[in-house]
Amino acid sequence: MATTESLIICEHCDCVYQKVTLAKHQKTLCTRCGGVLQRYNGLTVEQRLALTFTALMLWIFANFYPVMSISLKGLKNSATLWDSVLALSLGPITFIAMVAAISMIIAPIFQLVLLIWVLSFALAHRRSPGFKFCMRWLETLRPWSMLEVCLLGAMVAVIKLAGLLDVLPGIGLFALAILSLMMIRIAGRDIRDLWDTL
Amino acid sequence: MNRPPLASELNLCLCHSCGLACDMTDEPHECTRCGAPLHRRKTNSLARTWAYMFTALAFYFPANLLPVMNTKMVGNGADSTIMSGVIEFWQHGAWDIALIIFIASIAVPGIKFVALTLLLVTVQRDSQWASKQRSTLYRFVELIGYWSMLDVIVVALVASLVKFQALADIEPRPGILFFGLVVVFTMLSAMSFDPRLIWDKEERDNPNEEVMDEVASH
Repeated sequence: MATTESLIICEHCDCVYQKVTLAKHQKTLCTRCGGVLQRYNGLTVEQRLALTFTALMLWIFANFYPVMSISLKGLKNSATLWDSVLALSLGPITFIAMVAAISMIIAPIFQLVLLIWVLSFALAHRRSPGFKFCMRWLETLRPWSMLEVCLLGAMVAVIKLAGLLDVLPGIGLFALAILSLMMIRIAGRDIRDLWDTL
Repeated sequence: MNRPPLASELNLCLCHSCGLACDMTDEPHECTRCGAPLHRRKTNSLARTWAYMFTALAFYFPANLLPVMNTKMVGNGADSTIMSGVIEFWQHGAWDIALIIFIASIAVPGIKFVALTLLLVTVQRDSQWASKQRSTLYRFVELIGYWSMLDVIVVALVASLVKFQALADIEPRPGILFFGLVVVFTMLSAMSFDPRLIWDKEERDNPNEEVMDEVASH
């Protein structure tokens, strides 16, 4: 065990390398296929946990405040992310509402809850109960969490409707914008470092 | 050939969940650190990738031909497909939005079909052509994977907002279901493909000298 933990295998071509310590902005690439092997991880456990709590607050804002509101001849209407999922769930296309709910709402909140759980224990240099389970789910959820796409979609929707009626971006949209950027930073692959340090 | 040793030569296997280099001497079925199942190569990679891709391709046609939403303005209803939405933006001078939607909804799935077919065919024909570029191509396919969800989200938001009974009403239409299915199945297809297969043929042809020695001594 002790001998293999310092090794790193390129996931794209199976080449084996020794792990190295990286300085800021550095990353290591595989010499054969050019894939990224290691990236510099600039966050301490404390910083990551603090950012995760911030992200949790933003998730609450993004989900409970309207993403945008519109008005047409004195009539007003606003929609949250959940409203938009419900709009898809009507009629014969319910399945796509489930996909949308997972990618916009459910996967991100699970990622945040798992991160808070794991990182809170990591703060005390301990592995949390169910550490293996949490870390594996964080890996599984990552590709299905699509907040960046959701943000671009919301902006396209604003512009699409702006031609027809008055559109006002809501608090939800701003929260979504910051949240999607933060998720890229905190829920990325570098949380795997916890396996080595704990 | 000047390259680092391979996992197979050192009898190691990469754990896809935690990134540990697992020792395969005792043929463990699970990663000793995180408990995820270990495979030297993804199981049935080629067959699964083909299957998911053809499923996605079958959904790609209804996704583009069926209407994705219905806009009712003062009683007059009109269905619109993805392409008609793009053309509408283009004609109103919003070429940038038209381009974003066109790339995300039509070009990205198209590129993924072509790229995955190329990867699958070259691997099946044991091609050694441009291995490094094909690796990059695979990483690109993974990267653009989910951006096609864009239109699903746009339709969902627009349909939930514009609800003014008789005055204006927008409803989603079945096209968007097929559209979402295309995204899900192309993502599954890209995940099932094992990029290490691109390099395997090269190894069978030019094994490392150490391994040759080992074979010779047997």
